[in-house]
Amino acid sequence: MTAAGTRWFWYASPQTFYPLAGKMAPAFAIAAVVLAAAGLWVGLFVAPTDAQQGEAYRIIFIHVPAAWMSMFIYVVMAGWAALGLAFNTRLSGMMATALAPTGALFTFIALWTGSLWGKPTWGTYWVWDARLTSELILLFLYLGFMALQAAIDDPRRADRAGALLAIVGVINVPIIYFSVKWWNTLHQGASVSLKSAPTMAATMFAGMILMALAFWMYAIAVTLARVRCIIAERGA
Amino acid sequence: MADVLACLLHRDLLLALRNRSDVGTALLFFIIVTTLFPLGIGAEPALLRAIAPGVIWVAALLSSLLSLGRLFAADHADGTLEQMLLGAAPLGAVVAAKAFAHWLVSGLPLVVIAPLIALQYDLPSSLYGALALSLLLGTPVLSLIGAIGAALTLGLRGGGVLLALLVLPLYVPVLIMGAGGVEMAAAGMGAQGHLLLLGAMLVGAAVFAPWAIAAALRIATE
Repeated sequence: MTAAGTRWFWYASPQTFYPLAGKMAPAFAIAAVVLAAAGLWVGLFVAPTDAQQGEAYRIIFIHVPAAWMSMFIYVVMAGWAALGLAFNTRLSGMMATALAPTGALFTFIALWTGSLWGKPTWGTYWVWDARLTSELILLFLYLGFMALQAAIDDPRRADRAGALLAIVGVINVPIIYFSVKWWNTLHQGASVSLKSAPTMAATMFAGMILMALAFWMYAIAVTLARVRCIIAERGA
Repeated sequence: MADVLACLLHRDLLLALRNRSDVGTALLFFIIVTTLFPLGIGAEPALLRAIAPGVIWVAALLSSLLSLGRLFAADHADGTLEQMLLGAAPLGAVVAAKAFAHWLVSGLPLVVIAPLIALQYDLPSSLYGALALSLLLGTPVLSLIGAIGAALTLGLRGGGVLLALLVLPLYVPVLIMGAGGVEMAAAGMGAQGHLLLLGAMLVGAAVFAPWAIAAALRIATE
């Protein structure tokens, strides 16, 4: 093992990662609060009222970043899972476990805010749109992952079984998305489309990016705090 | 290796034949579920014709799920599974043979009985071919994906419900393509596109699923 190689794996051990995570989590939490404050200020006070949707559109500052994070976190989770299976590092499985509740939370927020936005804009809380349906199935995948890990007592088996499920899931996510999309065009039920949204003002875009960064920081902070709990729980 | 696989297939089919009630239960479940829908929704022929492909496919999904729990459980309980893991035959091929046997026992009867259910739902006889073909291509995918879930939940408490939670979201593409193909045929547009995609899913699942099942079994039994 070369010196560079050892350094690469230095923080892969729960013992060395625990204090590091303890230092990093508050920093990311502060960044999340600052960015969220800035993003909400831009979103609620600076960004202009939308000509077509009125004030109701402002929920996108929560909805769109949450939807982005819900998908991104699943991919990151599967990435950690694959790392854990390949290198047999204990921390990777713990990271995947720690990410899952945050991902499920963002998926739920995206669905919830989406339906709140849909009522005034589309006139209905729920349509069987391709994006909505695949987001719902993504929530089921998160819940399945968490249920599987909760059902296994041996933490090492829970990590590895969850990792395999996450990898199978991440291969299936694009297949599910496209099949739901084709199903949707076949049924022709929901004719509303997100593509008809008007082009976005620069301040709206800025608000959304700020909120996305805030959610990102929040996800990292919460995951690090949770992984510390998991390390402490397992007494590693 | 072919000998081992043929032997395994023979053994699993023989076991199924000896426990005939197990096989019959899944098939009976399929028939009963499809009977419940007209009772719950109403028996207007136009409505039944419209929902028939979806109902038959959803019932097939649930029926496949019902028999998955037994796929590895008995072998796990009496130690046969560990011998298979230790044996010289590649585990991927062994689990593929087991999944194939599961399909022969639980999937193929559905393909055969489906036209009869379609008759009850007043589906035009010209659609029986598309329906049977979609089930013929789709149900093996259900067995292969389901076997991953069965291996992951092997020996866990609450395994049956958990298995449903893990596997049903992954079944969604098969359901959409299977039922969609029949609906396309009913609309006069031809089921070919959907059936080809189902075939692609079958090929993909046949290549990758045995690897995942084998990995899941090793995780479950170590």
